Amino acid sequence: MSTARVDTEVQAVPPSRFRPGDVAAAGFGSMTRRGARSVLSALGVSIGIAALVAVLGLSESSRAQLADELDRLGTNLLVVTAGQGFGTTTATLDTEAAARINHIGAVQRASAVAGTDVTLLRNEWMSTTDTRGLGLVGADGSLLDTLNGTVAEGTWPAAVWETAPVAAIGAEAAQRLGIADLSAGPTVRVGNRDVTVVAVLDPLTLASDLDRAVIISRPMADVVSGDELTPTAIYVRTDESTVDTVRSLLGATVSPLAPEEVEVTRPTDALAAKASAEETFTALFVGLGAVALLVGGIGIANVMIISVIERRTEIGLRRALGARRSHIRRQFLAESVALGLSGGIAGVLMGSVATVVFAKIQGWRVVIPPEAAVVGLVGAVAIGAVAGLYPAVRAARLAPTDALRGA
Amino acid sequence: MSTDTLLPPALDLRGVTKEYPGTPPVRALDDVDLRVEAGELVAIVGQSGSGKSTLLHVAGTLDRPTAGELRISGVETTSLSDDQLAAVRARHLGFVFQQFFLLEELTATENVALGLAYQGVAPDERRARAVDLLDRVGLGHRGHHLPREMSGGERQRVAIARALIGGPSLLLADEPTGNLDSRSSQSILALLHELHDEGVTIVVITHDPEVAEMAPRRVTVGDGRILTEER
Repeated sequence: MSTARVDTEVQAVPPSRFRPGDVAAAGFGSMTRRGARSVLSALGVSIGIAALVAVLGLSESSRAQLADELDRLGTNLLVVTAGQGFGTTTATLDTEAAARINHIGAVQRASAVAGTDVTLLRNEWMSTTDTRGLGLVGADGSLLDTLNGTVAEGTWPAAVWETAPVAAIGAEAAQRLGIADLSAGPTVRVGNRDVTVVAVLDPLTLASDLDRAVIISRPMADVVSGDELTPTAIYVRTDESTVDTVRSLLGATVSPLAPEEVEVTRPTDALAAKASAEETFTALFVGLGAVALLVGGIGIANVMIISVIERRTEIGLRRALGARRSHIRRQFLAESVALGLSGGIAGVLMGSVATVVFAKIQGWRVVIPPEAAVVGLVGAVAIGAVAGLYPAVRAARLAPTDALRGA
Repeated sequence: MSTDTLLPPALDLRGVTKEYPGTPPVRALDDVDLRVEAGELVAIVGQSGSGKSTLLHVAGTLDRPTAGELRISGVETTSLSDDQLAAVRARHLGFVFQQFFLLEELTATENVALGLAYQGVAPDERRARAVDLLDRVGLGHRGHHLPREMSGGERQRVAIARALIGGPSLLLADEPTGNLDSRSSQSILALLHELHDEGVTIVVITHDPEVAEMAPRRVTVGDGRILTEER
């Protein structure tokens, strides 16, 4: 039979192919042609990714800032205060406690601070009620070094600390007292005498109480208050590696009979704790970003479904030209991935800009973790793919005859 | 012609039946035998509802017959998978539709090149062949124009070029002049004749007897059957 002969001549039909470059071109092409609609549908993903990148960037920046700060302040500062005693008594630190702490080998320096209830006035003509919420404290001359503090104006009078009627004032105190310039030798009234302000301190992050204090020597504070003052706090700077050891020794050193009544804190722990409290907010914002991403993904899915409906005849035509179902699926997936990727790129840029701006405003070091950008882009692509899956499958399922009839 | 006998028929339907489910089922094609030899120009004529559109869809492998055999250039298609049918369309078939179905966002050249999109041909070569084919259908100067900037006749020429670019064994034209004024219709029919003279196998499906008149062979369908054949 002639047909049998003919059949043997038939060459195998090579399979249809849809080159990867064509898939990408089809996806990006139809995305760019649908200008405004594409922008709007990718916006949700952009916002979500931007939120995530900004949150991660800002939390990294603030953590870097904290690390810098801790590095500068040193985590080897301990504060000894009198704890609550058993029963009704309040434990006190004795006047020699700081000296005893200084004898511990691993202690670099220990400085006592004693609060007073002496009335503090700008000058002797002020009403005695006008203390502006400031306090007078007596301190050891080594205090500034122990705190790693710095002086904004003037100099710390180490040489004449216990011999001259001089005072250093905290940053907040300087502001409330209206003392900015020391050249005229401003004085403040403590009790019944004047002391000359010779130093204005920078804010003391680890001893912020002292920012609102006028600081004089302990002997002078005793004189002014007419009492032998016991320390309210002792700041202890230890060797970097022996903080914990020193910490365990301090109770017994200060109060051999009741070591448990002595409270030892490490102020940098409080800063770190504050930072970890902020992490909770970070988690919250990450959650919000995730919700924005979900909404963004739904937006892309929505626009893709519309796209499939609008392009029924294109689907039918492509099938007639030899496209397999999988080629159609790939084309629409490529389009939604393109939307996701574009949204992701825009989002990473927006998030980075937001991080830079906000970190600059806060005076932080700007850190944008590269992982955030990578995760953002990968996430955006994944969202695009997931959002496009259903529309793409629907497009691929369309029978060519139905698609071509839909003109 | 001795060369023709060496080639398998471009289209060979044997006892093809197509039923659409329903109560009762609709029999759109009823035991159709039709053989189109390579190089023929055949008009399939019928009123709407005669089954001629179903015939085009089945012959174009866009729809599967319920019963019977379909060979495209000797390739038995009834046993082929969906993907294999797609390959047959890519290699052997060219479609021309009444509504042109050009992609509005692509230029004429890009639309023609799309005809090769699923054959694994490199983009540069697709473009080069598209330019040649546009020239062949008399639109060499319109390559960079978008469909909306062209007349209906020009658009159908672009669609014909797209159908031809893959070198199909069979060109299936569904009412190719249905959306055109009479002058454009004449020129499209003239183009089809030229292509036929160059050896392209063409099946034109139409309800218009005037279009059918121009074909050397006319097959009239009605009620899903072949009613008459004229040569």
